[in-house]
Amino acid sequence: MPVFSDQHVPMDHQSGSYNSGRRDLQMARSMCWHCQSEVAGEYFCERCVKVQPVSKEADYFTCLGFPRRLTIDLGTLEAKFYELSRAFHPDFYQNKSETEQAISLSNAATLNTAYRTLRDPIQRAEYLLDLEAGSVKEIRSSPPADLFEEILELQDTLEEFRTSDQSSDTGKQLRTQLQTAQTALERRKREMEEQLHQLFRQWDDLQEKGEATSGARADRDRLLKQMREVLSNRTYVKNIVSDLVATIG
Amino acid sequence: MARIVGIDLGTTNSLVAYMKDGTPTVIAGRSGRSMVPSVVALTDNGLIVGDSAKEHLTRNPARTVYSVKRFMGKGLADVQSELSYFPYSLTEQGGVIRIKLGEKSYSPPQISAMILKELKQRAEAHLGESITKAVITVPAYFNDSQRQATKDAGMIAGLEVLRIINEPTAASLAYGLQEKTQGTIAVYDFGGGTFDISILKLKNGIFEVLATNGDTHLGGDDVDRRVGDLFLTEIHKAFGIDLGAYPDHMQIIRLEAERAKVRLSDELKTSIAIDLPDRKGRFTRELTRDELETVTADIIERTLAPCRLALQDAGLSPADIDEVVLVGGSTRMPLVRQRVESLFGKKPHCHLNPDEVVALGAAVQADILTGGTTDMLLLDVTPLSLGIETMGGVMSSLIRRNTTIPASAKELFTTYVDGQTGVDIHILQGERELVKDNRSLARFRLKVPPLPAGVPRIEVTFLIDANGILNVKASDMRTGQTQSIEVKPSYGLSDTEVEKMIEDSFKFAKQDVDARKLIEARLDAGALIETTAKSLTNGETLIRQEEAAAIRDRLSLLKTANDGNDPKAIRARMAELEEVAKPLSVAMLDDSLKRSLKGKKVSEVSKSD
Repeated sequence: MPVFSDQHVPMDHQSGSYNSGRRDLQMARSMCWHCQSEVAGEYFCERCVKVQPVSKEADYFTCLGFPRRLTIDLGTLEAKFYELSRAFHPDFYQNKSETEQAISLSNAATLNTAYRTLRDPIQRAEYLLDLEAGSVKEIRSSPPADLFEEILELQDTLEEFRTSDQSSDTGKQLRTQLQTAQTALERRKREMEEQLHQLFRQWDDLQEKGEATSGARADRDRLLKQMREVLSNRTYVKNIVSDLVATIG
Repeated sequence: MARIVGIDLGTTNSLVAYMKDGTPTVIAGRSGRSMVPSVVALTDNGLIVGDSAKEHLTRNPARTVYSVKRFMGKGLADVQSELSYFPYSLTEQGGVIRIKLGEKSYSPPQISAMILKELKQRAEAHLGESITKAVITVPAYFNDSQRQATKDAGMIAGLEVLRIINEPTAASLAYGLQEKTQGTIAVYDFGGGTFDISILKLKNGIFEVLATNGDTHLGGDDVDRRVGDLFLTEIHKAFGIDLGAYPDHMQIIRLEAERAKVRLSDELKTSIAIDLPDRKGRFTRELTRDELETVTADIIERTLAPCRLALQDAGLSPADIDEVVLVGGSTRMPLVRQRVESLFGKKPHCHLNPDEVVALGAAVQADILTGGTTDMLLLDVTPLSLGIETMGGVMSSLIRRNTTIPASAKELFTTYVDGQTGVDIHILQGERELVKDNRSLARFRLKVPPLPAGVPRIEVTFLIDANGILNVKASDMRTGQTQSIEVKPSYGLSDTEVEKMIEDSFKFAKQDVDARKLIEARLDAGALIETTAKSLTNGETLIRQEEAAAIRDRLSLLKTANDGNDPKAIRARMAELEEVAKPLSVAMLDDSLKRSLKGKKVSEVSKSD
């Protein structure tokens, strides 16, 4: 069946990397679909009070009214999500026109995706990297350099365990080995998450300063590169751990 | 906006409710009962529904359909293992089960539509207005086909289904409104045929579902079956009879098992007595609650794994749950309450009637849609992951389970060879890796302009709406043109079929009305015959002999008419009987008046006037 799935494009931003300048321009110029008066990114037209579609160009941060930062207060995020849910949910558009119902449905779906993405710090960071520097979703196929030996060995043990009689002494011994490895990897994953949070803070600080010097640009690129590296290592380790859990139960 | 009613279309019983001055209220029928048994029977006088149909379960098992909800959105292969339990005959056509009743075959949505019509009429009679819009509840774990089948049933019944909502979340709405419940709650909903668990966060009027899980083929039916099987084995052993050959007795066993189970929720032991066919004797036995719990423990245990998965998906531990709410008739079993309590570490409760709470919640949701209730909002999730088939028979997941709905995902498709004009897309629902282990929802062919391989760019949007039902849209990224997609459901009725069924439903509406008139006339005539006969016995001495003879004469004429099939004739004979019986009722009234006045002074009588 000729279904092509290697053309995965993350939702809602198929145009690739973002340019915040262009977004501002786009939003400033949009018009109310109903009365044609100008709407500068508001969700309801000031003149006719009709609901407006979330701009195709708007990223999830903009959609929820947050700056593009990696540290977000979850309570504030939830409150904003609830507020916008009350504004967009199809339940409240039952008596409205077909166009408004369609906008409500599509806005609510976008809002739900935005909230789900931003709620989780890892997904939030992956999304931001995606916005700032293009996709990071490609999962690395080889282990991170510092884990290379360890993981090769682990994979051998896993294979051995799968083919062995699991109730035998060898089986039990292998299980113990795997459990030890699992604990080590989980610790390793937590360390990476610590490291990520530090990077997140550095990123946010840099954004707050908002300097446009060449030094700031270099810092920005370095941070993006580091985050990408750690995120992809973490995903790799996470997958190995779930593989382990699935095998040894 | 026109009134919207809330309907709980249950496996065993169904209910209709509406919002009465801010309070959700269930509408009771003529008998005063709020539940309509979800049973449809084909009688010599046409199709009947509810209480009167339930009586036909043992009288005419092959023509009496119950538990039809188990077949919604299913193919015959899905229910193969339990076919022997159903006395009516099932076939399949175009991936949809058909139930044979007499000459005709009906799809499960058509049978469900008959139940819905009964509820619609009940609401219309109570509210004195025509009802055309409804919110209908479904088990949270229903897949897309099962939801679509429920929506189809509504359409066939002449109802615009404005929203399909999940039963446990509906229950939470009722609790939120009536009991002002707040915090993190678990709704454990164990009904006649389905089990659901939903974990919700209730905060400032927002009902956010965090996770849901369940089993759409697990319920009180299974408990009854297990107990019935126990009786069957014992009867076979003691009497050497295989009741499998007696469909009416199979129903007696099933109903007796159900009643025993219900009694054992309040008592520790109960006696069972079943008359065997062909005067083979009587099966009697005592059943204790312990025995019931031993033979059904594994069924109840099966509800716990979904609970654990839901907690895991919500990222919570049992200690995080503030309240556990019980919904559905099967939660009356003490063992169920015990197991739920030990899993969550707190006593579950059912402050609102577990049989009615879902319908009440549906009425609340209906009120939200009409704009009556504005401070409450339900944010539900999709229970199953949605994906498409990719190369090698693997499912690629697009929308993960427990994603808040509405939810959408976009996927870009291109071609594989030069000049290719179509891409086949197979949509699936489920949690497994391989296509064959998941539920096939639908297939469609995406039209592509003939261009070199890899050049076309077609973006397909998969959108799960607030009903949990999938909508698919495609647009050509190069031209910006959208294309309509004809989705062929794997286990559902096509649009044309549904239209045909709506037509049929109108065509047969007259027949249905006639059948209904006949049944009502017979009921009324029966009551008149009984009271007149009683009056005659008591008051014959008060009237002239020829008057008594006239009454006897008309009484026998009415009895004859009542055995016929003409409601008009029955009504006419009733009027005649009432006419000739007038002297009798007048005489009896005089007589009773005289008796009550005996010994009273005239002044007292005039005072009380």
